[in-house]
Amino acid sequence: MLLVTKKFHNKSEFEFMKLFAARNDSFLSADANVELSTDKSGSSARKEPSGPRHASSFTPSPAAMQPTSLEQVQATAEPNPLKTCENLSTNCVMFLSSLGDGMNAYVAYKVSTRTSLPMFRSKVFSVRRRFSDFLGLYEKLSVKQSLHGCIIPPPPEKSVVGMTKVKVGMDDPSSVEFVERRRAALERYLQRVVSHPSLLQDPDVREFLEREDLPRAVNTQALSGAGFLKMINKASDAVNKMTIKMNESDTWFEDKFQEVENEEQQLRKLHVVVDSLVNHRKELCGNTAVFAKSLAMLGNSEDNTALSRALSQLAEVEDKMEQLHQEQAASDFFIFAELLGDYIRLLGAVRGCFDQRMRAWQRWQEAQSTLQKKREAEAKLLWANKPDKLQQAKEEITEWEARVTQYERDFDRIGMTVRKEVLRFEKEKAKDFKSQIIKYLEAMLQSQQRLIKFWEAFLPEAKAIA
Amino acid sequence: QRKESLRSVSVDLNHDASLLIDIPDALCERDKVKFTVHTKTTLSSFQKPDFSVPRQHEDFIWLHDTLVETEDYAGLIIPPAPPKPDFDSPREKMHKLGEGEATMTKEEYTKMKQELEAEYLAVFKKTVQVHEIFLQRLSSHPVLSKDRNFQIFLEYDQDLSVRRKNAKEMFGGFFKNMVKSADEVLISGVKEVDDFFEQEKTFLLDYYSKIKDSTAKAEKMTRAHKNIADDYIHISATLNSLAADDMTANKKNLEKLSDLFEKFRKVEGRVASDQDLKLTELLRYYMRDIQAAKDLLYRRARALADYENSNKALDKARLKSKDIPQAEEHQRQCLQKFDKLSESGKKELTSFKGRRVVAFRKNFIEMAELEIKHAKNSVTLLQGCIELLKSN
Repeated sequence: MLLVTKKFHNKSEFEFMKLFAARNDSFLSADANVELSTDKSGSSARKEPSGPRHASSFTPSPAAMQPTSLEQVQATAEPNPLKTCENLSTNCVMFLSSLGDGMNAYVAYKVSTRTSLPMFRSKVFSVRRRFSDFLGLYEKLSVKQSLHGCIIPPPPEKSVVGMTKVKVGMDDPSSVEFVERRRAALERYLQRVVSHPSLLQDPDVREFLEREDLPRAVNTQALSGAGFLKMINKASDAVNKMTIKMNESDTWFEDKFQEVENEEQQLRKLHVVVDSLVNHRKELCGNTAVFAKSLAMLGNSEDNTALSRALSQLAEVEDKMEQLHQEQAASDFFIFAELLGDYIRLLGAVRGCFDQRMRAWQRWQEAQSTLQKKREAEAKLLWANKPDKLQQAKEEITEWEARVTQYERDFDRIGMTVRKEVLRFEKEKAKDFKSQIIKYLEAMLQSQQRLIKFWEAFLPEAKAIA
Repeated sequence: QRKESLRSVSVDLNHDASLLIDIPDALCERDKVKFTVHTKTTLSSFQKPDFSVPRQHEDFIWLHDTLVETEDYAGLIIPPAPPKPDFDSPREKMHKLGEGEATMTKEEYTKMKQELEAEYLAVFKKTVQVHEIFLQRLSSHPVLSKDRNFQIFLEYDQDLSVRRKNAKEMFGGFFKNMVKSADEVLISGVKEVDDFFEQEKTFLLDYYSKIKDSTAKAEKMTRAHKNIADDYIHISATLNSLAADDMTANKKNLEKLSDLFEKFRKVEGRVASDQDLKLTELLRYYMRDIQAAKDLLYRRARALADYENSNKALDKARLKSKDIPQAEEHQRQCLQKFDKLSESGKKELTSFKGRRVVAFRKNFIEMAELEIKHAKNSVTLLQGCIELLKSN
């Protein structure tokens, strides 16, 4: 396989991603894996410290600290604190390769898994996957009858624009940001999948993690262009157009659905504002850099020696401030904004499983009405006295009675699944938000502490002006 | 406290008890700001020891222009005229806020409105102070404080607008127009005999363009900070709505974060306004002051040109043997004027240097201290919030 060296031509292109990765202390060399701690991490080789924070183990390579060109950019975010299943951890690193040219090029991701579960062939293994493979996995899971009612984590959105720029080989900061954003999103997606007890047992999931040559997913058209949420909304509309309205004996489902819709709406609103924050922060960044240069020029022009020196020092402080703002913008984006984006999609998935329950109910109702029709048909046949047709009618009735029973059971089962899933989801969401918020605030805290140091260093310079 | 901080832009003002001036209050009526100029004096040249008059911005401009036009003051740095009160920015934002009212919660709207009112007030305070400093620069100048028009400005209890119109007709802004195009006079061909002025010329021209640039860029930087503070308001409000409707364990997380952003927006707002006062306003003030210093150089260059012309005229007169005594007298006067300007100019420019350095020092120290203060505040807020979240 051809490996194309991705060169970062200037400092700033690489800065954005490196800053984030470096700040998360997770700039890894090629083969390190991140291990997630669990409460009962007996079998894993490394011992994890107890406590809410999960440690990451890594060896930072010296070359990685001074990048001018890179063959493989490997960076992972801090381990997602969503608890995975006891004995499995997985992560996703970026692995850039190019097969084909121009528009046929694609980014391959290396998915590494470490596990002690017996259903896997080995304890540590890696596979290469491309974006459509992740979409394909979702496709497979979302149509499984056995998983109906489950909240299937949705994959990140397809983006024609973003991907095209990367394919065309533009090394600009926005392409770098795009790829890192996607990688992190895919990693979170996988981690959510494997932390779901039912999904972890699923053979398609196992195959995704393990199988060397995965057949290419073909049905991802449904997720192209339109995107995941549009798909959910289309399905919702279909449900809303149902003629028979459900009479809920238990208002839990109605109430919860309403809650979910409201929350989704508010999260969208919040996402818009946080996006605005990211943009303003980036603007501040740019303005600060420009100002720093201007101040340096002024310092050169100043004829009082001490003041000239102070102006240059101030220009340097502002330069450092620019760095801080850039890191903060990365934090705003990769931690805060992405958290909101994830949950907007996840809430869509929650709505999806409510819809599945409705469809199950609908199927049951339709079966009941069909059964009714069959019984009426049988009655008619009794009158008309046609024995062979009667026999067939009786068989059909038996068949439909069984179906009605089955569908009623399905409906009840889905209902229970949905309830269980929602409660689990809410718990996970609270934990996820909490840990991501803490991460965000701790990054901000570090930033402010550094800011204090910069200004404290400048203060004597200012006082020295005579 | 705010008054103090802007006054540090130009230090050592208003210390001489014989003439104390301040602007204790001002009224904003539609577009016009009416300043109350209050004077306390022990000087006998004034009719009363303590009095106030209402003045408009245009009155300050009139005073400034008459000082510039006065030949006797050609060798002085005339303190820069205060800029026109500019409420465009907050007014526009208030307008936009009104348009967007429907899209936000009542609480959010109230907070945004509060923020805007604070901005309005800040602009107002700034304009009062910059007008005040102008007068205080005059009152603390040994020569300018004795100016007749300055006294009229302080004392005349009628509307000054009649006088203003007369002045415009008399001078027609001669000097003003002259100095605008005088850059070329300075730069081209004035053979400078004095090293001091040669250096000053080079320095001031270069410094002016650099400080003008820095001022503009500082302003953009400050505005970005303000935008972030506004974003924090919206984020806090939305988080609050989310928390209110949340029945799960996440409720507390959202509430705490909302609370933090509410506190943060205040901090960020103060960071922005402190930066504005200590940095942007400082640079802006000295940009204008340097323009005033440049104007002095222009006038001196003009006087030098006059002197050189008078020399030529004298030579011509000698050649023609006609009107020699007048030419000699004219030449003598030109030289005298030029020498006086140079002597006075040198003093003024030297003290200007000192003033500038002192002011920069004071503001830089204050700015650094404020940045540290706000950052420490942020650190405390963040640590508190993280603690609360972790202890759940």
